[in-house]
Amino acid sequence: MFRNKSGEFSWVDFTIDVLRVLIVLAVVVGAWNTLSSGRISLAQWVNLLAAGLSQGSIYALIALGYTLVYGILLMINFAHGEVFMAGAFSAFFLAEALNRTGFLNEQPLLAILLMIMFAGLVSMTVAVLVERIAYRPLRGSPRLVPLITAIGASFFLQYAFRGLYGSNFKAYPQVRALQGALQIGDISIPVTQIFVFCSALVLMFGLHWLVERTRIGKAMRAVSENKEVARLMGIDIDWVILFTFGVGGFLAGSAGVINGLFRPQGVNFYMGFIPGIKAFTAAVLGGIGNIPGAMLGGLFLGVIEAIGPNLVLAGLGIPGANQLKDVIAFTMLVLVLIFRPQGILGERLSETKA
Amino acid sequence: MTRTSLISVVLALIISFAGTVGAHSACEDPLGCVELGADDPIVIGAMLVVSGANSPLGLDSQGGVELAIDARAGMLLGREIELVVEDSLCSAEGGQAAAQRLAADPSVIGIIGTSCSSAAQGALPIVSGAGMLMIAPSNTSPSLTSDDTETGGAHLPGYFRTSPNDLIRSAKTAEYAIKILGARSVATVHDGDPYTEGAVRVMAQRFAELGGDVVFQGAVNKGDTDMTAILTEIAASQPDIVYFPLFEPESNFFAAQAATTPGMEEALMMTAAANFVEAFPENTGTAAIGMYMTGPLIGGDAYEAFLATWLDEFGESPPGGYHAHAYDAANILLDAIEASAMTSDDGDLSIGRGALRDAVHAVEDYPGLTGSLTCFDDSPYAGDCGSLTSMAIFLITEAEVYDDNWPPPVVWNFAIDSFEDA
Repeated sequence: MFRNKSGEFSWVDFTIDVLRVLIVLAVVVGAWNTLSSGRISLAQWVNLLAAGLSQGSIYALIALGYTLVYGILLMINFAHGEVFMAGAFSAFFLAEALNRTGFLNEQPLLAILLMIMFAGLVSMTVAVLVERIAYRPLRGSPRLVPLITAIGASFFLQYAFRGLYGSNFKAYPQVRALQGALQIGDISIPVTQIFVFCSALVLMFGLHWLVERTRIGKAMRAVSENKEVARLMGIDIDWVILFTFGVGGFLAGSAGVINGLFRPQGVNFYMGFIPGIKAFTAAVLGGIGNIPGAMLGGLFLGVIEAIGPNLVLAGLGIPGANQLKDVIAFTMLVLVLIFRPQGILGERLSETKA
Repeated sequence: MTRTSLISVVLALIISFAGTVGAHSACEDPLGCVELGADDPIVIGAMLVVSGANSPLGLDSQGGVELAIDARAGMLLGREIELVVEDSLCSAEGGQAAAQRLAADPSVIGIIGTSCSSAAQGALPIVSGAGMLMIAPSNTSPSLTSDDTETGGAHLPGYFRTSPNDLIRSAKTAEYAIKILGARSVATVHDGDPYTEGAVRVMAQRFAELGGDVVFQGAVNKGDTDMTAILTEIAASQPDIVYFPLFEPESNFFAAQAATTPGMEEALMMTAAANFVEAFPENTGTAAIGMYMTGPLIGGDAYEAFLATWLDEFGESPPGGYHAHAYDAANILLDAIEASAMTSDDGDLSIGRGALRDAVHAVEDYPGLTGSLTCFDDSPYAGDCGSLTSMAIFLITEAEVYDDNWPPPVVWNFAIDSFEDA
């Protein structure tokens, strides 16, 4: 115990193990204190869980874009949060128009589908353009180069959309069909949250089908495995990479509309930054490059953020626990990097990359 | 004429010209003077939030200032009035940047602004240090007019405002909650901004003095979108009323999510004047219906005439509640410039910065749109010029959410209604 490979005592291993024990102890004590106090009812816990799952499903949809690109290019596309913003912000104007004409409330499902398609296409176009203009010329450069370019692309997109749509905050119109709550005894779950979760699941299954069951999905997997061999097999890898960016962009744009239904307020040019960072965290949590991992990581992060402050921090007597929601998210990232760098489901890489 | 003689003559001319200018610009004001040539305009600055979520607040005030200038046909002391608007955002950094830009311009005589108390805290040290003055139309934080550093007092010379002080308004809010709404317990939420912190501190203190229980005091972060964690904590403490004087968009998220949080069904919701903008009910949605909010209430024939002019000028009603305060602030500043300006024989103008401050300090029973204004000198009301009666509590109804009605109906008018009668 606490010895490295050569059999000597290791302070690093010792410190990490002590940290592990302290964290587990803090979580157990905090949760025990909270649950035994009975301060928060079962209905409230379920509500927190539902909100966490809804938020988590939005993180998951964005995280899929990070993980798809990483899987194929080993690159973190830090402009992906802005791809999400592009769809959400653009679809706001469509949502406004549909609301003004009354179509949004007369045909809510069709209207939402239209909004998702529109946001998806806008985000897909932005993602594809970023890949074509900013990333492709740098392919083959050291990995730090496209990473820095991605940060630059992120700022460019933020301020381009600020110039395009202005800097004022907007709010998506409310869809009457999604108002109200599903009541089960004392427990009530808002219909919007159920809709958000289900929509995200449909999109995730759609991606799974695309990757596993279609010809282009097989090509994506092949390029992810080994670009050179894929090229020799006749696969146009530039097209496959572009397609991958497009799929990630479509999911991010869809997530923008779903986010607008879930949290209608706060639509502006900066809205993609924090969800982008959170989704990246979710992708790392699940195991970057791993599609089911990104889904699981997103849901896990959403739930931890929603429940963690009240379950653990409040139980430990930490004041203003709700303000530490982001601390929980990023602490999770640090802990995963320390204790399980490959993520919950493991980083899925080909042998040549690993 | 030799070359040396020519240079000597030119130098002599330059020196004599400089001497003449020097004689005209002999300024005796300890804070310095703004010197204007015969054709120079009267330049006044404005530091307002004109972009982002809180822009209706700043654009509302900007309209008030522009109408005050228009009412004088754009002229003062026979010169054109020029308005320079800087975006102070709704943050200390924004206020600091806007103040630096205006303080660097020696032609700026005085400033209207800022919109938000946080921006004022960033701007005031620069404005005051430059010997300038600022008259804020919508700051309400008690800290800005208080010298008591132990309670966060940050007053500096040169600060004035025409908006009401939260020491009075939030205290009245607590009285309304207990005496009229019958609330016995309150939960308060702020966001770390000096305005929101001051408002909840005064409200909670007065609520407790009146025998109520303060069952929860918490805060959200600026930029938060998910309020479920704090709302669950609030619901667990079962307050009769929740007081959340936040800014948009956090206030929208908070109010909208409160409506779907179990345990919050019976709690009354009350916000404050930062949300007294037409966009608030629209952005919050149906959750805003039944919510109380404090805000400015202006009436009278002069105000009706002002509103008619506004409609003519801008084609729609004011987007916020502080246009009249801004109109009064601009008029006080322009009148003070007129009172403190010294005109020389050749038409040049000298305005002493100290004399300008003194002229604003001397304001007493000033007939403004918002009521009779008097500027106080001493802490905790140092620089407070606002009328104490032009406030009310409003109730948001379906008309504000669905039919763009604004402002909401008044349920309590501080100028007329009395808690003693209740």
